[in-house]
Amino acid sequence: MRHDPTVSSTLEPERYEFCAPTTHRFELQRRDFFKLLGAGVLIISAVPEAIARQESGARAPQFGEPLPKEISAWLHIGENGVTTVYTGKVEIGQNIRTSLAQAVAEELRFPLERIELVMGDTQLTPYDMGTFGSRTTPTMNLQLRKVSAAARETLLALAAKQWNVDAGGLVASDGKITDPGTKRTVQYADLVRGQQLSQIIPADDPLIPASQWTVEGQSIAKVDARDFVTGKHRYPSDQTAPGMLYGKVLRPPSFGATLVSVDAPSQDFVNDVTFVHDGDFVGVAAASSEAAAQAVAAIHATWKEQPQPSRTELFDYLKNSPVEAKGFEGASRYETGSVDQALASADHRLKQTYHVNYIAHAPLEPRAALAQWSGETLTVWTGTQRPFAVRTELAQALRIPEDRIRVLMPDMGSAYGGKHTGECAVEAARLARAANRPIKLVWTREEEFTWAYFRPAGVIEISGGVGLDGMIAAWEFTNYNSGAAGIRTFYDIPNQRIVFQPTRYPLRQGSYRALAATANHFARESFMDEMAHAVGQDPLEFRLKNLKDERLRAVFQAAAEKFGWGHAQPAVGHGFGIGGGFEKGGNVATCAEVAIDPSTSEVRIVRVVVAFECGAIVNPDNLKSQILGGNVMGIGGALFEAIDFDNGRVLNARFSKYRVPRFSDVPQIDVVLVDRKDLPSTGAGETPLVGLAPAVGNAIFNATGKRIRSLPMAPHGIKSA
Amino acid sequence: MAKIQKLRVNGTERAIDADPQSSLLTVLREQLDMTGSKYGCGEGQCGACTVLINGTARRSCITTVGSTEGREITTIEGLEHHGRLHPVQDAFLAEGAALQCAYCASGMIMSAVALLKTNPHPSEQEIAAAMEGNLCRCGTNPRIIAAILRASQAHQEAGA
Repeated sequence: MRHDPTVSSTLEPERYEFCAPTTHRFELQRRDFFKLLGAGVLIISAVPEAIARQESGARAPQFGEPLPKEISAWLHIGENGVTTVYTGKVEIGQNIRTSLAQAVAEELRFPLERIELVMGDTQLTPYDMGTFGSRTTPTMNLQLRKVSAAARETLLALAAKQWNVDAGGLVASDGKITDPGTKRTVQYADLVRGQQLSQIIPADDPLIPASQWTVEGQSIAKVDARDFVTGKHRYPSDQTAPGMLYGKVLRPPSFGATLVSVDAPSQDFVNDVTFVHDGDFVGVAAASSEAAAQAVAAIHATWKEQPQPSRTELFDYLKNSPVEAKGFEGASRYETGSVDQALASADHRLKQTYHVNYIAHAPLEPRAALAQWSGETLTVWTGTQRPFAVRTELAQALRIPEDRIRVLMPDMGSAYGGKHTGECAVEAARLARAANRPIKLVWTREEEFTWAYFRPAGVIEISGGVGLDGMIAAWEFTNYNSGAAGIRTFYDIPNQRIVFQPTRYPLRQGSYRALAATANHFARESFMDEMAHAVGQDPLEFRLKNLKDERLRAVFQAAAEKFGWGHAQPAVGHGFGIGGGFEKGGNVATCAEVAIDPSTSEVRIVRVVVAFECGAIVNPDNLKSQILGGNVMGIGGALFEAIDFDNGRVLNARFSKYRVPRFSDVPQIDVVLVDRKDLPSTGAGETPLVGLAPAVGNAIFNATGKRIRSLPMAPHGIKSA
Repeated sequence: MAKIQKLRVNGTERAIDADPQSSLLTVLREQLDMTGSKYGCGEGQCGACTVLINGTARRSCITTVGSTEGREITTIEGLEHHGRLHPVQDAFLAEGAALQCAYCASGMIMSAVALLKTNPHPSEQEIAAAMEGNLCRCGTNPRIIAAILRASQAHQEAGA
């Protein structure tokens, strides 16, 4: 069931990852690089497709080759003693600015503090589809290790030539090369002085094995942390430009409403307000955000509303609205053995339905953009996980060529899969063109809760057949709408039918941290618990009995051991639960203890143990933070988060109405890191959270005997769930 | 309505031109280009905009400029003195992984500074209670509690 994360280094799009076609574009020529960067050594990493094409020409890449069209990253070692790395990946709080610098420092043998990363700038960095899918560590980290190893070998060759010795006897360390025989030493910066050397990899220079890492594998703190604790860092919403005005967009009263008519406010209502009406788009630009908001409030617009589905009918709507979709959004079906026959002949048969509500990402920084025109060229600073895709959106919306647009992504205030799109950038750019001034547009929290997109709701049906011996014989699993990520079972079951059915859906939906793996793990691991109870077995034993995968078994056992599973009994009103799984190259197992308040029936999570394994660990402390953070965030979707909507209106588009986890919701969380230095490093931003909801649900059952099959499980305690 | 024309921020009198009803956060960010205080909700629910007014933590997004006349405002930009960070800032750095996207960090730090002024040695429970109004969507809450505990211990050692 496991697919090998190393099989493809390019991204495998999944349903609900918002994706655009890969429109590779690369304008810089080799000489332009050195004009831009100054003299030095330049190493360029080509992605496999480009490599394949080059190799088909039966010629190895050499110095001076024309640049390949598909490039994943490049690195420049300058005369000034600074190494600059260019990658289209972006920093959204997962701290890859730090972990990627670690990869470079390790292989290049170069001081971490003199490495600069240029990230997510469509003019300066290579094309990248986006920062999502937990792909940065398995792909970009590996690419940068290769680039850096090639750079190190190039520098060794340069030194060997200069000293007329064999490169094999030289040592690279801490940004300099030493000849142990003669004790001669040369700094990289001196070695590259006046050089204009470029090289295209892949090269087969040896990578340093994880067991010998000295920088990777260490808990390095966020590289530019001081700027963040002093308020100096400028997030997308903090960007400014001379002469800048503030934008504001008039929103329809409900989803699907179309504009019938609009009257511009009289121009003297507020001084210097620019008013834009273009199709269904209505917005203003003004000298302050408050003036812009007042101007929009004064606009008289008439809208034609369309009836829209409401939350009360959500699950029937999804179940009864199948659609045919193509490509990665299409239906999927996996079948093995004879599931109907095996179900019919099983000793125990179970059938259950699970529901998952819509939830919002609610990144603390809402969508924000600063757009600036200079003649016919446009520059936009915006918070997005996909700067190159935003450039495409801007080109299409504004009808200008992509090469006149530059999108920059300052390290932003988080996203969680929720900022794959460029709505705010497009709006700011449209207003800026009309106002002929730079425009900053920051969405309000209400706009973010309403006009962004949501994690898909879903209905999941499972039928299972299990023998008296506790062996699962049959497994039938159908997911309506919520997504196909993590849909396959990792238990060894001879007869399976696993279906993802796309449907029509009432709200705009898209990627969310871990995608549908959260919903699919919730349903699967809850159902596993139900089957374990049906045959009278301990839930952990039952899982291990049906599970051969050694990596997954290892995390289940590690979590259980730390938790004390099977030793202690829960106190009165408390319950224990377990859940886990495999997704995006990571293995997770989660144990939870809950307590039910006898008077209010509120569920409190008392303690969580998470064991996680993602190959060789690049940065243990940051990994621990990702695991803690994913589980804290996951508490909301598990227990109380849900978008409430009625006839095209979101009813709880504020933090005062939409409850997200706060300090008092956070339990003791113990993290067990399983470090597999013998395995490639994979991503960790998503998978650690998928075990939480089923572990908590199973613990609620353990405490109360009540099985809750809907997320969120206890928005107002479990009585009304 | 008479405009407000000055604001005392981080020990300095700053010229502004704002309606008394304007939000303090908006004026700080848009008129003084002090962007360390963040917008997160506009209703005092997330704490990203927290500043100190006469030493007390306040949500600047729902504080009117008019109400701050004659009062001393301290923002995240004002914690550093002569190149030395406040002990809470140091503690956030030392507890390195307390920072993920860190958009909440300014507000968290300002709330923690206010807490330690009134309760220099809080328990974990007291910290969690005091920080309840500050949201971290990245879920760094356990690390933030650890950072504030660390700051309170540094304070204790410095005082001992």
